[in-house]
Amino acid sequence: MFIEREGLFLKNQDRAPIFEALEEMKMTRTVPFDVPGHKRGKGNKELTDFLGEKCLMVDVNSMKLLDNLCHPTGVIKEAEELAADAFGASHAFFMVGGTTSSVQAMVLSAVKKDEKIILPRNVHRSVINSLILCGAIPVYINPQMNERLGISLGMTVSDVKKAIMQNKDAKAILINNPTYYGICSNLAEITKLAHENNMLVLVDEAHGTHFYFGENMPATAMSAGADFSSVSMHKSGGSLTQSSFLLCGENVNENYVRQIINLTQTTSGSYLLISSLDISRRNLARNGKEIFAKVYELSEYAREEINQIGDYYAYSKELVNGDSIYDFDTTKLSVNTLDLGLAGIEVYDLLRDEYDIQIEFGDIGNILAYISVGDNRKNIERLIGALSEIRRIYKKDKGAMIKHEYINPIVALPPQQAFYAEKKSTEIENSVGEICCEFVMCYPPGIPILAPGERVTKEIVDYIFYAKEKGCSLTGPENMDIVKLNVLKGGT
Amino acid sequence: MEFWFSENHTENVKLSIKVDKQLFSAESEFQRIDVFDSPEFGRFLTLDGFIMLTEKDEFIYHEMITHVPMAVHPNPKSVLVIGAGDGGAIRELAKYDCIESIELVEIDKMVIDTSKEYLPNTACCFDDPRLSIYYQDGLKYIRKHENKYDIIIVDSTDPFGPGEGLFTKEFYGNCYKALKDDGIMVNQHESPFYSADAMAMKRAHKRIVESFPISRVYQAHIPTYPSGHWLFGFASKKYHPVKNLNSAAWNKLGIETRYYNTNLHKGSFYLPNYVEKMLGECENVE
Repeated sequence: MFIEREGLFLKNQDRAPIFEALEEMKMTRTVPFDVPGHKRGKGNKELTDFLGEKCLMVDVNSMKLLDNLCHPTGVIKEAEELAADAFGASHAFFMVGGTTSSVQAMVLSAVKKDEKIILPRNVHRSVINSLILCGAIPVYINPQMNERLGISLGMTVSDVKKAIMQNKDAKAILINNPTYYGICSNLAEITKLAHENNMLVLVDEAHGTHFYFGENMPATAMSAGADFSSVSMHKSGGSLTQSSFLLCGENVNENYVRQIINLTQTTSGSYLLISSLDISRRNLARNGKEIFAKVYELSEYAREEINQIGDYYAYSKELVNGDSIYDFDTTKLSVNTLDLGLAGIEVYDLLRDEYDIQIEFGDIGNILAYISVGDNRKNIERLIGALSEIRRIYKKDKGAMIKHEYINPIVALPPQQAFYAEKKSTEIENSVGEICCEFVMCYPPGIPILAPGERVTKEIVDYIFYAKEKGCSLTGPENMDIVKLNVLKGGT
Repeated sequence: MEFWFSENHTENVKLSIKVDKQLFSAESEFQRIDVFDSPEFGRFLTLDGFIMLTEKDEFIYHEMITHVPMAVHPNPKSVLVIGAGDGGAIRELAKYDCIESIELVEIDKMVIDTSKEYLPNTACCFDDPRLSIYYQDGLKYIRKHENKYDIIIVDSTDPFGPGEGLFTKEFYGNCYKALKDDGIMVNQHESPFYSADAMAMKRAHKRIVESFPISRVYQAHIPTYPSGHWLFGFASKKYHPVKNLNSAAWNKLGIETRYYNTNLHKGSFYLPNYVEKMLGECENVE
């Protein structure tokens, strides 16, 4: 089912109920004999000097006027309805534990212990974390690889079809829209297939907030009829770090979802985060078109200029192939660096150390510079100028570069079982053939190289060492130096 | 009635100039531009509230930023000037017959237009046939040129505002690339005196040292700039600013100056101990 939206909202998007209630609270000058103990900042001068009085004034607890995040009946409920309207969802939840909490809530709402969920392997760690929590079993689809760029793409419709046929009992399917690099799958077609087979559709839209508000953007989860979407409002949406939306489609029982959310959500939701969601939603509903037109224009300019430098490849819609790259998010500035003889992570480090430019991430073959409404031409020129200098000064023979190949995971045990199993610690180089009981990933982008329950192969060990040598920041294992790995004790 | 223009030199120090009247005020795409008449300093131009030049003391700045590299380079033909929308540096360069081409890159057309209208003493040479003007971001312009210039003059504003990109390593590196094998870059190098300016000065110096084999600093006394003690950077691929100064040749040109002479040229590279120490600190960092 495809819901056509006219671009007109049903509700008055000029309202921001939580923001308005906080303004009212400030006016009433209520005497606080409740938490937080800093009492509008007066009890912590250093913190107030640092963050500002305006900020501390609204760092308050739930109260009648401000509603309660765990059980909204007042302004939070109103704000949720406005957010749902803005995103074309049936319901929207204000989330304060990052998009990780949105992803967990949607996975835990959709699947239970021993139930199957179909998903691409290039998911964020939060997805597989959720499987550890609930005990569901992942069925991985090989995301296609682009050989030239060394990045994972989207899922092809035929691969999804095959996975569905082989796993008729699966309860849900999860889709990235888009990937960190900006790649979109055929969301509408996959949603249709899943629904025909009674599977729920969960969409990780951590990098796709702007799809809902900009013009000429890829399809959104809600427009494609998906059941859930996790939207990182704090990425392209402009709200505070750690704030996020969980969106639900019309066939979802929102009250059950709320119960799931309340399993792990704080009972002291921060009004700084909550109001930032409210204000940012209003801003996007009012000004989203212009904002993302500007972001697109900046990214497009940077792409053209970077492609003229030589050896860099800032890719875009020309990659679109109608299937594994069904669409591309042109606000993303992803740049391949392999022809330069430098790993993306090396360019990332040079930009930071030599040029005082902090970009979002660098992996083996690519860098991603996050462009937003907060950027201007002057800073874009610095980025381009620095990339041009890095090429002049640091360019190397590209012979020794390895490309990231998709490593088909061998899932030997469900993630939950592996994570909680009896383990032993072993040197990574001696772990080939063992079943891994923890994550190994480069962060960002935070996509696991190894997840709990997967068998370690020589290929994987080589990749870990190469990533380490190039300076990637590896995370996941209990052993903080990443020299040892927890594997299944007595495993086969 | 008293009408005073004030500029904060630090949070706790300001310079005030009594004003007769304000002649111009506008907000361009990049900055606020104002022109005033004053009894003591004559006409003066401010950008975002900072004095760029006054009629009374601009000669010091403009002579020092142009004649120092011109007297060292044995055969300067192609000169690039970045910033300098007031035309003062162009006026000095126009005195040299040896120069064949001057490219001026100014991001803000309104600065040039305002200078042409209100500052005839500096904006006097914009119709020199050797001059071409490009209204562009300096960092963007320089990126596209290689092995082309004998001298690059970076006449920038402070590193907070439109001039920010001209104090970066990527900019200095691109200048290196755009210069010929014996090219010289001279830049406005901030002041060593007040701590915020000194910080900007040290950052700039560190980045230039990383980009050029020869990097020295020279000074001048500019009354309307914060503390009056101002520095310029001299970065070069081949020529040393003092050892390669050809005084006789320059003096033979017979160019008339009010501040610059070849003795002062040498002297301006001899710096106070505290400045040498600051520079040394950034030169030794690996």
